[in-house]
Amino acid sequence: MKSNPISKSYLYTANDNAPDIEIADLRRLTQLIKEKYNYDFKDYAMSSFKRRIKRVIDLYKFKTVDKLITVLDTTPDFFEEFVSEITVNVTEMFRDPTFWRVLKDQILPNVLMNHDSISIWHAGCSSGEEVYSMAIVLKEMGVLDKAKLVATDIDSAIIDKAKRATFPIKNMELNSKNYGRFHDDATRTLDGYFREANGEAILNPDLTKNISFRRHDLVQGGIFSKFDLVLCRNVMIYFNQTLQNNVLNKLHDSLFKYGYLIIGSKESLIWCEIANKFIVVNNEEKVYKKIKD
Amino acid sequence: MSKFRLSSQTNYKAVVIGGSAGSFQSVTKLLATIPSDFELPILFCLHRLKHVRNGFVEALSIKSNKAIVEPLDKEPVRTNGVYLAPANYHMCVELGNTFSLATDGLVNNSRPSIDLTFETAAYVYRDKLIGILLSGANKDGAYGMKKIKEKNGLTIVQDPDESMINAMPTAALAATEIDMVLKVDEIIDFLMTLHKQMKR
Ligand SMILES: C[S@@+](CC[C@H](N)C(=O)[O-])C[C@H]1O[C@@H](n2cnc3c(N)ncnc32)[C@H](O)[C@@H]1O
Repeated sequence: MKSNPISKSYLYTANDNAPDIEIADLRRLTQLIKEKYNYDFKDYAMSSFKRRIKRVIDLYKFKTVDKLITVLDTTPDFFEEFVSEITVNVTEMFRDPTFWRVLKDQILPNVLMNHDSISIWHAGCSSGEEVYSMAIVLKEMGVLDKAKLVATDIDSAIIDKAKRATFPIKNMELNSKNYGRFHDDATRTLDGYFREANGEAILNPDLTKNISFRRHDLVQGGIFSKFDLVLCRNVMIYFNQTLQNNVLNKLHDSLFKYGYLIIGSKESLIWCEIANKFIVVNNEEKVYKKIKD
Repeated sequence: MSKFRLSSQTNYKAVVIGGSAGSFQSVTKLLATIPSDFELPILFCLHRLKHVRNGFVEALSIKSNKAIVEPLDKEPVRTNGVYLAPANYHMCVELGNTFSLATDGLVNNSRPSIDLTFETAAYVYRDKLIGILLSGANKDGAYGMKKIKEKNGLTIVQDPDESMINAMPTAALAATEIDMVLKVDEIIDFLMTLHKQMKR
C-alpha cells in the first residue's frame, strides 16, 4: 500500500510564529537519522542546521519535529530529498575571483613544476560550478589533459545536477562577471565555453572529460585517494568545531605531503587542531600547504 | 538622572545593531563616539553589496575608535570587539560564544540578513542582549527583534520620524514590543550611559 504522498509547497514562506525548535528535538532527529540511514548530522553547526530543519518543516507543513521524525522513520523514499533540502548548495563559478588568480599564478605552476600530472579533489562540489571553473583554468593553462579531477558531495541530487554541466542562463551574468574579475579584464566573458539551448547554458563537453563525480560523505566516508590539491570551500562552515577537526584530519590524510588545502575565504584553520601540520601560503585566499604527515 | 531604563539591569553581554539604506551616517557617528574601552561586543549586520568583499570595513573604520573586524567562521566573540557581517554571508552566533557564517538563501532579500544575526544572538545571549534597529528599506530585522523580545532582551529602534527610510523600524514596531524609540543621538547617549555604569 502506498503511504500518503509527501507534498512540498511550491513557495517557501517561513512560519514566523512557530515555536523554537529545542535542542532535545534535534538530538532525537539526528539519532533517528544515524540509526536508520547512517548519516550523522549531530555535529553540524547548530544555528544553521536548526534553520534548515525549520525550513523543511515549513516547506512540507509538518508543523513539528516529531512529525518529521515519523515521516523519516516510515518513508525511506523521502530521505534523499530531505538531505537535498537541508544542505546548502549555493555556489558560483569563479567564486572569490582573486582566489582563482592566486591559483593560476602561483599554486598550479608550483605543483606542475614538480609533477607532470595533477590530481584535484573538490569536496562539497555542489552543482559543479567550482570544478568546472577549475577545468577552465587548467584548459587556459594548457594542462587540462594532465589533470584528474574528482568532485564529491553528500547530496546525490546535486551530483546528478552537476554532471549535466548545464546552468540557468540567469546565473551566467554573475559567473561571467566573476570570470572577468579573475582575469582582471571586464571584457572577458565565459561565452566561448558555453552554448545556449532551451534557456540554459551548456558547458562544452571537452571541459568535462577529466572530471569524475561521485557521492561521498565527508563525515562518515573514508579516505579514497590522495591528491595534490583539495578544495573544501564553504562546506565546513556548516560543521561545529569538533566536526571540523574530524573532517580536517581526513582532508589532511587525502593530501600528498606538500599538497595544498584550500578552504572558503571566510574560514580559517586557526582554531583547528590540525593547524600545525599546515603552513599558510595565502592568508587572504585561505590557501594552506601540508608540511607534516 | 538618566532618562533611560537601565536601573533594573546592566549585566548585558552583547549589542546587535541592524541597518540598511540610510543607516551608514548613524553607524559612523556611533563608532566615532563609542570609546575604545567599551566592553560589550557590538555585532553589526548592515545590508551591503553582495559581491564587493573589501572596502566597507575600511569606510567604517575611518572615524571609529575601535578596530572593526569581519569575523571568520568559528571566530570567538570577544569582549571589546566590534564585528561586521561579511559580504554575502549570514553572520550567526553559536552557543559557546563563537560566530558561524552561512551562505543559505537570501532572507528578506538579504545576505547578510539582520533577522538571522538577531535571532541567533537572542538564542545565545537571551535577556542579556541589546538589539538596535536603524533606518532601512525593508522588513529585515523585525522578526529578529521579536525573537530578542521573546527572550526578554532589550529592544531599541531608531525613531521612524528621524530615519531616512523608516520601513525597518516601523516593521519592528508592528512585529513586537519595542522598549525604546530613540533618535540616533539618544541611542549613542544610551550606550554611553551603559558604558559608564559598567565601568563603575
Ligand atoms: C555552499 S556549498 C559549497 C560549494 C562550493 N564548494 C563553493 O564554495 O561554491 C556546500 C556543499 O557541501 C555539501 N555538504 C554538506 N555536508 C557534506 C558532507 N558531510 N559531505 C560532503 N558534502 C557535504 C552540501 O551538499 C553542499 O553542496
